[in-house]
Amino acid sequence: MMKSIIERISQGKFWQFHGGIHPPEQKKLTSEKPIRNIALPKQLILPLQQHIGSQGELLVTVGDKILKGQPLTKSLNPMSVPVHAPTSGIISAIKKSVIAHPSGLSELCIFIDVDGNDSWIKREICNDFKTLDKETIINKIASAGIAGMGGAGFPTHIKLSAKPEINFLIINAAECEPYITADDLLIREQSEAIIDGIKILDHLLTPAFILIGIEDNKPEAIKALQEATRNIEKIKVCILPTKYPTGGEKQLIKVLTGKEIKSGSLPINSGIIVQNIATCFAITDAVIHDIPLIRRVVTVSGKSLGKPQNIWALLGTPISYLLKQCDHTHENNNKLVVVMGGPLMGFSISNAQVPIIKTSNCILAPSAIEMPSAFSGKSNEVECIRCGQCSDVCPSQLMPQELQWSAKAKDYDQLNKLNLFDCIDCGACAYVCPSQIPLVEYYRIAKAEIRQQQLFDVKSEKAKTRFEARKIRLEKDKTARIEKHKKAAEARKAAMNNSTPEANGAKSAVAAALARVKAKKAASNNQKKSISNKEQHESNDQNHESSLKSNDNRKAKISATIAKVKAKKAQEASISKEVELNDSVTSTLKITDDKKVRIAATIAKAKAKEKEIDNKEEKVTFKSSSKNNQQKEST
Amino acid sequence: MIINIIIAILVLGSISVLFGALLGYAAVRFKVETDPIVDQLDSILPQTQCGQCGYPGCKPYAQAIANGESINKCAPGGEDTIKKIASLLGVEVEDLDENHEKDNRPKVAFIIEDDCIGCTKCIQACPVDAILGAAKQMHTIIIDECTGCDLCVAPCPVDCIEMRIIPETIQNWQWDLSKIPVKSLD
Repeated sequence: MMKSIIERISQGKFWQFHGGIHPPEQKKLTSEKPIRNIALPKQLILPLQQHIGSQGELLVTVGDKILKGQPLTKSLNPMSVPVHAPTSGIISAIKKSVIAHPSGLSELCIFIDVDGNDSWIKREICNDFKTLDKETIINKIASAGIAGMGGAGFPTHIKLSAKPEINFLIINAAECEPYITADDLLIREQSEAIIDGIKILDHLLTPAFILIGIEDNKPEAIKALQEATRNIEKIKVCILPTKYPTGGEKQLIKVLTGKEIKSGSLPINSGIIVQNIATCFAITDAVIHDIPLIRRVVTVSGKSLGKPQNIWALLGTPISYLLKQCDHTHENNNKLVVVMGGPLMGFSISNAQVPIIKTSNCILAPSAIEMPSAFSGKSNEVECIRCGQCSDVCPSQLMPQELQWSAKAKDYDQLNKLNLFDCIDCGACAYVCPSQIPLVEYYRIAKAEIRQQQLFDVKSEKAKTRFEARKIRLEKDKTARIEKHKKAAEARKAAMNNSTPEANGAKSAVAAALARVKAKKAASNNQKKSISNKEQHESNDQNHESSLKSNDNRKAKISATIAKVKAKKAQEASISKEVELNDSVTSTLKITDDKKVRIAATIAKAKAKEKEIDNKEEKVTFKSSSKNNQQKEST
Repeated sequence: MIINIIIAILVLGSISVLFGALLGYAAVRFKVETDPIVDQLDSILPQTQCGQCGYPGCKPYAQAIANGESINKCAPGGEDTIKKIASLLGVEVEDLDENHEKDNRPKVAFIIEDDCIGCTKCIQACPVDAILGAAKQMHTIIIDECTGCDLCVAPCPVDCIEMRIIPETIQNWQWDLSKIPVKSLD
């Protein structure tokens, strides 16, 4: 099986994935110029989370002086990777700032004031990685903060720690999306380093074959790769026909090996691992040169730029700085139209302060001719005419038109049946749609909502179990209490009936206690009455609190609290009074709040009294409320 | 003649007894555990246990719906829940009961800790045991367990509990189509 695949590949024959499109490539804008090094920006903004997974824990505080390559966060669980200082400087702030996300929401970022010295932290250069054992290498990769640089940002060390037998290691150099040439240029300029990275991966995973998938629209990069791999039997450079989205993980696997990855399954279960070519370069940097992931090649392209070019950008560089370096002209009343990522899979960003992160491969600043809809800001969407072109081009063999209807109707069950989650957001359907329906946007909305729904389901399930557990516990407590009271009563009865001297003693003790309590009650009642009268006088007076305020702060606070309680009680009482008048109080209140019922009963009593003794309504209410107060204190 | 009739009665009688026994056995042996309607309804309800429907929890309301109560009383579930119940029971979708709050954005309770006097009243009111504290100790909400039912707000004697809307983050952010310009190539 594997042999036949290799034979086929050596003959230059490949499989085909379903669908695909051929959009205008627009790669010439940047592919003829070398990768440019730019001057250090004044400030870097580093989001704590730049990949899939969770963010690490901060290691630095505001005001710290940091060196280039110093870790700023540490990972607490395997799914998180650390962030490093891209250059030396001082941490000026750690606060929320707009990040590269379609929502335009803010997340925690580290702000670095660059000092311009670019001085490195101490590094350990390793000339021969074969002397290191596998675990050390994986640790190096993990602590260098490497996450997949193709776009999704999956932590690389997780993929490498997998243990099953690997048949194919596929290096993804397809770079199929229009405009983007970052990988192309990186291969041309750094092919040796990339091959070193592939060798490290080979050492770690020991796959049977290594396939580099590259589209035939990059002749120079292909030449460079062939040159660099000339003496390595194991590595095959596979020149693939250009078609979007060949660079999709499952699509590339299909084209190279003819295998289809089942829905919901990972390539690793079929013995295949796919790594992006830029990730290979980062691995070389990390393992051999001890350079963490602090920079990447970013294609800055689009026709509103004077000098579109690939740039070595430090992570955290604000996009505005990159655009300035490439002579960005605002042509539309200064409205910023910038897309992060390619034209098909990227998203618009609203704020030019958004920084470059580990997964940003392209910044697109289109002109109004290239992307009119982005400028007009409104969609030209019309009704679906059921032409079926979207189904023809869908690389995941879904039915985009069906998905669209279900997404609009929010029919999530149907969406799951139609395998919405196999959609790779490639945008081919929206590209061919004659009705200009933004299909992918509908899917993105639906996906987010389904994920949200799943979270809610988990939460409600948890709430349900907690509610049930509580009910059982209360029931148990109640029976236990009844049991206890019963026993105590029996014991008391038994003791009373026995006319032993002890029992007599107990009797007299009880009587004495009762007398004491009675006396106390009478005393406190008098006190309470005087307080409540005072309250009555001043309750309408807003300034009364301040007048009561003594120098003693604590006292003031207590009295404020008491006043609050009083106010609330009074409010509640008046509410229940109203309800009482409407004669519907008990039925509604009983169910929700038996405390309210109690209050209502008190009020009712008060009412009855009120009828007897006219014009003394307020007093009675206060009595009842003070009674309540007493009750509260005794509990 | 009579013998024939007796034979017929015996034959038919024994057949009926045989089949009766067979059916009876099958009914016990191959009994299908169907999900009772109450459980199905309960699984649709949001489990906030808020009691806004007038019943002390979601399960009791599910029971009440099964007994003919109207389906539009669940405020936290909102329109979605009503739709789901309607499709389960095969009845018309109704608008949310007008007496209920329309705002069903997810919320959590928040205790202003400076004001808390440690009376434990909210702890007793919480249907999901999401409040931590003891008598005369400050209380606090376990945010991950809080269902946002606001049952703890009313019992608080010092009004130190307020309901806060859960802030939007990247994790719970919903795409808004009107904010995303549609992209296309020339």
